Amino acid sequence: MTDHLLVATGLSAGYDDTEILHGLDLTVPPGRITVIVGANACGKSTFLRTLSRLISPSKGQVLLDGKSIHRTPSRDLARTLGLLPQSPIAPEGITVADLVSRGRHPHQSLFSRWTRQDDEAVDSALSATKTFELAERPVDELSGGQRQRVWIAMALAQQTDILLLDEPTTFLDINHQIEVLDLLTDLNRTRGTTVVMVLHDLNLAARYADHLVALAEGRVHVSGTPEAVLTEDTVRHVFGLESRVITDPTSGRPIMLPIGRHRMAASTDTAREPSSKEKNA
Amino acid sequence: MTAHSSTINAVIANRRGRTRRYAVVLSVLLVLVVAVFAVTLAVGQSVTPPGDVLRVLLGEEVAGASFSVGQLRLPRAVLSILAGLCFGLGGVAFQVMLRNPLASPDIIGITSGAGAAAVFAIVVLSMSGPIVSVFAIVAGLGVALLVYGLSFRNGVAGTRLILVGIGVSAMLQSVIAYILQSAPAWSLQEAMRWLTGSVNGAKLDQALPLLFALLFFGGVLLSRSRDLEALRLGDDMAAALGTRVSRTRMLVIVAAVGLIASATAATGPIAFVAFLSGPIAGRIVRNDGSLLIPSALTGAVLVLAADYVGQHLLPGRYPVGVVTGALGAPYLIYLIIRVNRIGGSL
Ligand SMILES: Nc1ncnc2c1ncn2[C@@H]1O[C@H](COP(=O)(O)OP(=O)(O)O)[C@@H](O)[C@H]1O
Ligand SMILES: [Mg+2]
Repeated sequence: MTDHLLVATGLSAGYDDTEILHGLDLTVPPGRITVIVGANACGKSTFLRTLSRLISPSKGQVLLDGKSIHRTPSRDLARTLGLLPQSPIAPEGITVADLVSRGRHPHQSLFSRWTRQDDEAVDSALSATKTFELAERPVDELSGGQRQRVWIAMALAQQTDILLLDEPTTFLDINHQIEVLDLLTDLNRTRGTTVVMVLHDLNLAARYADHLVALAEGRVHVSGTPEAVLTEDTVRHVFGLESRVITDPTSGRPIMLPIGRHRMAASTDTAREPSSKEKNA
Repeated sequence: MTAHSSTINAVIANRRGRTRRYAVVLSVLLVLVVAVFAVTLAVGQSVTPPGDVLRVLLGEEVAGASFSVGQLRLPRAVLSILAGLCFGLGGVAFQVMLRNPLASPDIIGITSGAGAAAVFAIVVLSMSGPIVSVFAIVAGLGVALLVYGLSFRNGVAGTRLILVGIGVSAMLQSVIAYILQSAPAWSLQEAMRWLTGSVNGAKLDQALPLLFALLFFGGVLLSRSRDLEALRLGDDMAAALGTRVSRTRMLVIVAAVGLIASATAATGPIAFVAFLSGPIAGRIVRNDGSLLIPSALTGAVLVLAADYVGQHLLPGRYPVGVVTGALGAPYLIYLIIRVNRIGGSL
């Protein structure tokens, strides 16, 4: 179980001279699933990277249990806070078991030997992600869905109480997306792992989030329960898109239906009717 | 419960398999270094019985062997081993850190930089001894900074760094050629050393500074071997695993340049040893452990064997760099074609 508290206060950060995040505040609810959404290039990855100390903030700070993460020794931090980046690299020919075992890195040192605990962590990470059968296979021969499960297994082997994931479902088929999100939910439920992830798909975000955060142009536009956050106003502001938001009959969560310019049923009253000029163009 | 204990046993067996294979690879490479070393000591223009070789090594006077083994073959073999270890270690450190086999110091201009500084110090400033290595190390670091700076744009992109490095390298090669051309006392042997690398005329007292450099810089590199392994997963993943990426990178650059430049100051830029050792070691080790030591041993075998081939197995005598150059060039062409095909970094 975890009650580590991760808080960002007045966070500004960016690359070289370009500031991407402008004074961002966020308290990550411990033991829950937080999902971050926002348009392309609004700073979601930059935010996760700053939260996990890959980027130093120019203003504000990230506090883990009240202590700045930039003052925490890197190995200690890596035992509490894990990150699965958007595009990790698998060394050519590496096997699944080998890759997953590299998640133990922060628990070892130059002279320490493998312990029973290390083996157990790898074993339970492989089992939890159902990648045990793949253990001897080279990672580069796996399907996208399998590979993503292997990366998650590696992050699990790190055994951190907080896990940040940057778009863990991108490039996956819908069934594999659901599989990955269910897996992360299981983890959250059974181990109490605090999950913070960036998701592309608003509906999946609303479906799996306990806490939903909408970023726009490097600021938190709105955050809270999926019902409070996923509204037609939010979608308009964050994505510049007109939409209908209804309630998903299966999950009871809000679900967003985009309104484009074409193929509208005549009865859709909230839709912006295409003007005759556009029709003729 | 039984299912659990059987899966954990499989995990343990898998890990032990990797450790065991790695130990076997290390032993085989070590035996290979010793074997090639022994052959180069015993077999030259004439064959010296192993007993005589051993007695010379123990410091006894042996008629007919003391000079050929003790004065000619031994310094040559010792310098070859040390230079090979340094080139193999420094080369693979760069390749692993930048995740690209083309990012080897002899491709991206660091070796040429060290070579140009050494040849300038020796030929123009008439220097000799360890001060030459210091010159070479400073120049090597300067070139590393220059190439890094020129290719830096929101983080270093692999391909850009390599193209910039190849350009800088070509420039420095012509500096070496220019110094040699305009040098007053111009000897073919000296020129070959600075153009392709050679252990001709090796002396044992050249070996000591190189040994110190190897122990010091090699020690620094080995202490970072775990972080280098983490860097193979990408900078972000390495940082997430608790590696301090910039600090690791800085230490690795300084240590690898120290190794490459010290070796270059002693033997000249022995062509492609830094470039070839890592990928060869990688083929053997796969992912069973750090490539640092296997690549160092591979470098030693390469230099020893290539020098032997150049001295005794080819019509005429060639410096070691000519032989390693002939080995490395096809591989370089292969890699460049591959980069072109997959469009970008390796
Ligand atoms: N390494 C980098 N160097 C410079 N600019 C970057 C870098 N990474 C991202 N950016 C820029 O920062 C902005 C936000 O990027 P990012 O956080 O990746 O967005 P998102 O993940 O929301 O799509 C973009 O404009 C992007 O071009
Ligand atoms: Mg992103």
